[in-house]
Amino acid sequence: MLFIADYGAGNLRSVQKAFDFLGVRAMVSSDPCKLAGCSKVVLPGVGAFGQAIETLNRSGFSEAILEHVDKGGQLLGICLGMQLLLSDSEEMGAYRGLNLVPGRVLHFRSETDKIPQIGWNSVDQQKESVLFRGVADHAFFYFVHSFYCEPHSTDAIAATTWYAGKNFCSAIEKNGIFAVQFHPEKSSDAGLQVLKNFAEC
Amino acid sequence: MLAKRIIPCLDVRDGRVVKGINFEGLRDAGSILEQARFYNNELADELVFLDISASLESRRTTLEEVLKVSGEIFIPLTVGGGINSVERAREVFLHGADKVSVNTAAVNDPELITRIAEKYGSQAVVVAIDIKKIGTEYIVHTHSGKNPVGLEALEWAQQVQELGAGEILLTSMDRDGTKEGYDNEILARVSTSVHIPVIASGGAGSLEHLYDGFTKGHADAALAASIFHFRQHSIREAKEYLHERGIAVRL
Repeated sequence: MLFIADYGAGNLRSVQKAFDFLGVRAMVSSDPCKLAGCSKVVLPGVGAFGQAIETLNRSGFSEAILEHVDKGGQLLGICLGMQLLLSDSEEMGAYRGLNLVPGRVLHFRSETDKIPQIGWNSVDQQKESVLFRGVADHAFFYFVHSFYCEPHSTDAIAATTWYAGKNFCSAIEKNGIFAVQFHPEKSSDAGLQVLKNFAEC
Repeated sequence: MLAKRIIPCLDVRDGRVVKGINFEGLRDAGSILEQARFYNNELADELVFLDISASLESRRTTLEEVLKVSGEIFIPLTVGGGINSVERAREVFLHGADKVSVNTAAVNDPELITRIAEKYGSQAVVVAIDIKKIGTEYIVHTHSGKNPVGLEALEWAQQVQELGAGEILLTSMDRDGTKEGYDNEILARVSTSVHIPVIASGGAGSLEHLYDGFTKGHADAALAASIFHFRQHSIREAKEYLHERGIAVRL
């Protein structure tokens, strides 16, 4: 059973519907205690880092997720859920994240490119990964975000994407921790393949 | 590289897709689910459902259709038409929409944009702006283009951005359904004066018009109905045409 953490950030039904479509049993719950029996956890989310991490901490989800990873469980962060896995964010007030992936969350800065990035961008695979099995290199995925992750170590980076004058990290994969900046549940066939790869790994 | 988006727009009424000219003279253009499946399979980047139903009852029918579509189409789905409260937006999101498009209600109650954005994020709020050229000015209209309001397009576009809109859907009513091409003059003016994406709408009648909307109009996405609904062109064909001319698209 796959667990989708509902901590009040955004529309989680679309993630669940994508797993339903793939025939993967997934439970959406706001109760961190229910996470314990699940081998895979999805941390979705849209919105603000500060508010999200506060809710995760207060609700007990932070602790439950850290414990889950500690015990060797797999985790997939999506969009804001990816950013929450890093050490800290420069978003208003410099918040601390879950620190599962050492690194920072930074704001895009550009004179020419619109921010937030909204739309389909190509994902350039940087290493052999589970997430992108059966997905063509440079395939397009749907993004909506103003912040991006910058892990300290490049070996965690599964894919990068070019925007606002830089190749930012668009996917992470290391030691059972998976994360994608794009929305796989909104990225058509390529996105469904990524979710399937996570569910089956 | 970020791709330019091609977005088919389904005007829906009483659970069916319809299409008119200059917002009038509607004809049937198929079932919602069938059209959505069709566009999904041929590489549409997003779908927009614009509910032009007159009654609440037929809006309910549309919502049920949205729920069906969102269960099998995994690209962003925007629903507009009659969204005049956070409660109404919530209902649309619960039926599987990723974004709502607000128009008349946003003009009457600009804070509505902020209220929806605070609850669901700016990325979930598209503000639709219908404009008509009067003299040299582009004037915003509401109620499916029936009522002019004392607002100029550029001024309103900047205002909705400040209020928390995530995208602007700019429709030229003069061009809607005419197949004469987008109004690239106002498109370029709006697109270069805001930092949120602008979706071109109203007038696309050929593949060249799409190209012009991106190059001359500086649009981030192009919305079209007539050229796709009646199978004059497929979306794949449109994208191949744009790709050959150096426009980044998802193929």
